[in-house]
Amino acid sequence: MAAATFSSLHHKISVSNSINKAFHPQSSPNLIKLPSKTPRPSSFNSISPKPTLSPLSTRPRAAADDVAAPATAFHGVCYVVGDNIDTDQIIPAEYLTLVPSNPEEYKKLGSFALIGLPAAEYPTRFMTGGEFTSKYSILIAGDNFGCGSSREHAPVALGAAGVKAVVAESYARIFFRNSVSTGEVYPLESEKRLCEECKTGDVITIELGDSLLINHTSGKEYKLKPVGDVGPVIEAGGIFAYARKAGMIPSRAV
Amino acid sequence: MASAAIASSSSSFINQRRNDVGLSSFSPNTSFYLSNAKKKMVSKNIVSVMAPQSQRTPSTTGSVKTGMTMTEKILARASEKPQLSPGENVWVNVDILMTHDVCGPGSIGIFKKEFGQNAKVWDREKLVIIPDHYIFTKDERANRNVDILRDFCNEQNIKYFYDINDLGNFKAGTFFPHHDLTPHANPDYKGVCHVALAQEGHCRPGEVLLGTDSHTCTAGAFGQFATGIGNTDAGFVLGTGKLLLKVPPTLRFVMDGEMPDYLLAKDLILQIIGEISVSGATYKSMEFVGSTVESLSMEERMTLCNMVVEAGGKNGVIPADATTYKYLEDKTSLPYEALYSDEKARFLSEYRFDISKLEPLVAKPHSPDNRALARECKDVKIDRVYIGSCTGGKTEDFLAAAKVFLASGKKVKVPTFLVPATQKVWMDVYSLPVPGSGGKTCSQIFEEAGCDTPASPSCGACLGGPKDTYARMNEAQASGTFLQIRQEINTSSSLVCVSTTNRNFPGRMGHKEGQIYLASPYTAAASALTGYVTDPREFLQ
Repeated sequence: MAAATFSSLHHKISVSNSINKAFHPQSSPNLIKLPSKTPRPSSFNSISPKPTLSPLSTRPRAAADDVAAPATAFHGVCYVVGDNIDTDQIIPAEYLTLVPSNPEEYKKLGSFALIGLPAAEYPTRFMTGGEFTSKYSILIAGDNFGCGSSREHAPVALGAAGVKAVVAESYARIFFRNSVSTGEVYPLESEKRLCEECKTGDVITIELGDSLLINHTSGKEYKLKPVGDVGPVIEAGGIFAYARKAGMIPSRAV
Repeated sequence: MASAAIASSSSSFINQRRNDVGLSSFSPNTSFYLSNAKKKMVSKNIVSVMAPQSQRTPSTTGSVKTGMTMTEKILARASEKPQLSPGENVWVNVDILMTHDVCGPGSIGIFKKEFGQNAKVWDREKLVIIPDHYIFTKDERANRNVDILRDFCNEQNIKYFYDINDLGNFKAGTFFPHHDLTPHANPDYKGVCHVALAQEGHCRPGEVLLGTDSHTCTAGAFGQFATGIGNTDAGFVLGTGKLLLKVPPTLRFVMDGEMPDYLLAKDLILQIIGEISVSGATYKSMEFVGSTVESLSMEERMTLCNMVVEAGGKNGVIPADATTYKYLEDKTSLPYEALYSDEKARFLSEYRFDISKLEPLVAKPHSPDNRALARECKDVKIDRVYIGSCTGGKTEDFLAAAKVFLASGKKVKVPTFLVPATQKVWMDVYSLPVPGSGGKTCSQIFEEAGCDTPASPSCGACLGGPKDTYARMNEAQASGTFLQIRQEINTSSSLVCVSTTNRNFPGRMGHKEGQIYLASPYTAAASALTGYVTDPREFLQ
């Protein structure tokens, strides 16, 4: 059950009924059509596109003031990690001098995502040297993902590297909370130990409306836990957007 | 082998815990994060623990006030509600927000972006900004990050900013602030944020303290709600002074028995984490009570609460008492009102420990819950010892290490790095007499034992940091002044460190192949003397 919840102010907007549901469960893994709600030129990932960099030194993220289409599905190749992947493995401390709200440094953070994973256990690396984004856009993990530090650089590095969603058996609380607050990665929980069912390189579709993960490579489908109370915050694009919607804080000064 | 003290009536830990969660004694709206069953079996050797016993009180009707735990009460008061139950989400008024050089710039960036470039923080006296992580380094970005903090504090007229300008000499201006007129004096620099918060009187019973650092939970030692948050949440607090928090259920840890003189609070928390695992307290509060806890000093209580996050805990609390008030006497003039768990408060689980039966512990690589008896690791050859950090770099931690070196009278066999957490600790190391030494200071004892000279106070190598960080585990070379001559150099296994820090995940102190054994200052000092992981009773009994 998703743990951090932000629902106290608002009627719940569950993901499944918020938008025209544009897809249906897959019967054949080879025929994948995933129309997103608003057409995107190159990607199935229907989180609102990152706005162009503003002259401000801060990096804009999914802005609530823009008309954002909440995500309804993710599709991509997955990278699989085990239990207790801590924040030092996600983004080692030596890279924490990079300030996530600075656009250039945000991008650099992405290039170091998961660089701390020991080579012996993870011979296939998440990023190859010189890249800023990874070919893996879905992360599948075991228990207690993101344990350790409160560094927001962890979900940020993953998001900057192109990870759209993490599917873990369970999360450490600060990482989960940071993922929701920032809107950088969509944190999902699986019912089963998917880190044992999936392999790095498998082609995956996640259908949020049905809480379903489809492994096209193995042909298997798995139930995910419903997003629950954090749904509205994630949908809104993070805690600021959510708080604005709730009238808790005024609209952002332009 | 320690004698058994397990209560026979209980079922296994796992079954007991599963039975406790999500049943009728809590309101239907609550939802708990149920940590998965531990993958590891409870060590059969640690037998002084009784199985957790749940406290079940009968359900009450909605109109009757039910007993609350300390954490529930603090959050209730901070959210101006008469009653709270675990699982509820409330907007909480924040008493203190702390940030440092690693997360401060990012939090400030978010604050400005979301509230406007000219926005003002919600309260210039409730923000405490403490550069401590990457200070004594030539890394330009790290230095720039301290500058960013300074610019912001000037702009916002922040009252508490423990600045550092002269990176070459942390003491510049501290000892003789009126005489040192150099432009780059450091009259304000403190060091490690969690220790500085306590020493500067920012921790008060009953309050809510949030920090952009996972070990913010340390402050729970003062009977307050203290937890770590990320940049975005901190940016939100900067503008509003509030945050949406979910009320955690509480695990209670009752520790009784006289503390043996070879044990420290670090051993107690390693015991607990080994018991419940690194996710055993996820989304929960950990409350520490009992006669042993009451006998602990404030610094020892801080050590206990410091590693709550290593069990996944949201926050840790220790009820305020005479020890707390005494500590605070000369440190804060702000009024505070302590809160305590009701007698009929409902706890998710209760664990009881007979401390007199515990033995010195380590957490073996690569997890804080990889618990083992120190004496069972005596064949583990080590390469270095690190004594420092918010966990094990406080004044009493150094006094403890000095006690072991004094008892031995010999020299260390491996490079031994000492990093006082704050400038106050550093001064104590150089001025406090060590009991039984005939008036010697810690620093003298350390020097006689052949340790490295105590370094400038900061987080140091606890988390690796920039490559030039003192005592960082880089390649198979010792940094510092101690020249290590080894007969065989095995680069893959030559990075074994016994450390008084808080995490030992792969790469934590730098090199990915580094092997870190977490231990108390007693155990760390004993290990330095032998060159192997060593039970401190070798020297203390």
